[in-house]
Amino acid sequence: MSASDITQYFDYIFMAMLLCIGIAVIRLRNLFAVVMLTGAYSLISAAWFVSLDAVDVGFTEAAVGAGISTVLLLGAMLLTSREADKTSLGRHAAAAVVTIAAGVALFYALGDMPVYGDAASPANTGVGMDYVDLTAEQVVIPNVVTAVLASYRGFDTMGEVFVVFAAGLGVALLIGLGDSKREED
Amino acid sequence: MMSPHVILRVVAKVLIPLIIVYGFYVHFHGEYSPGGGFQAGVVLASAIILYALIFGLDEARKVFPPYWARVGMALGGFIYASVGFVSLIMGGKFLEYTVFHPDVAHGTGQHIGIIAVEVGVLTTVTCVMIAIFYAFAGRTPEISDEDW
Repeated sequence: MSASDITQYFDYIFMAMLLCIGIAVIRLRNLFAVVMLTGAYSLISAAWFVSLDAVDVGFTEAAVGAGISTVLLLGAMLLTSREADKTSLGRHAAAAVVTIAAGVALFYALGDMPVYGDAASPANTGVGMDYVDLTAEQVVIPNVVTAVLASYRGFDTMGEVFVVFAAGLGVALLIGLGDSKREED
Repeated sequence: MMSPHVILRVVAKVLIPLIIVYGFYVHFHGEYSPGGGFQAGVVLASAIILYALIFGLDEARKVFPPYWARVGMALGGFIYASVGFVSLIMGGKFLEYTVFHPDVAHGTGQHIGIIAVEVGVLTTVTCVMIAIFYAFAGRTPEISDEDW
């Protein structure tokens, strides 16, 4: 057993915590508590990503998931009621069927996944390794993630920027930015 | 309005400059450490959102007018795409940064391209996050003191 094997127990602990929060979110009716718990869910996800050495992803998850999303959900929550309505048993049963079917399908697909940390997995052998090897001489920056995002996959990132722009545009078109209120008054 | 949240106001006044500086650190240090335009944009937006939560939406609209958010959203994408077209004009492929500078061995052209592109990402993300917050918060009645 090497030292790197110990970190997998962190992963189990984080996953157990996420499961507990998920169950709590389902059980609770108070929307304020639900919003706060989703923020905690994102924060624990971020810690988990850091534990998996995906620091950039963890950073994004902490900033977007735990930060901005929580604030936006709070803002949206103030527009609606504070308590969730009771749902009928039939809708619970339908949701349970969908969830269990999706879960069974995921567990079925698990057999095709590479082993955790497998050096011969597709992600570790194909073009990914080339980026790691060539960044130092082609882009000459230490952070390979930034090199892939902004340089090797710059065209993809441009699409992401336009997706973010489209999200903002959609919200602005649907409910406005609030600056035209004075004209209406 | 002035009296109840003195501690929040004082803490926010100290924190907001630090948040903004940290945002720019995350942005310009993205080549060396985790982070980049996207994360930095969210951090910068959170500074404005914190200001709006503490001092009220109208004050925040004076600091960062919704008009800026409206223009900045599109400007960021425009900057990003412009870098691609400039590289085309300079004889490279779309978003091929090496044409920006002859010193290929040190990757200077790559660095210029990445910085320019990340500025576009930063502008769009910051403005979209603030715009979405304004859109939702603008429809919300002021948070009453009981809800704090």
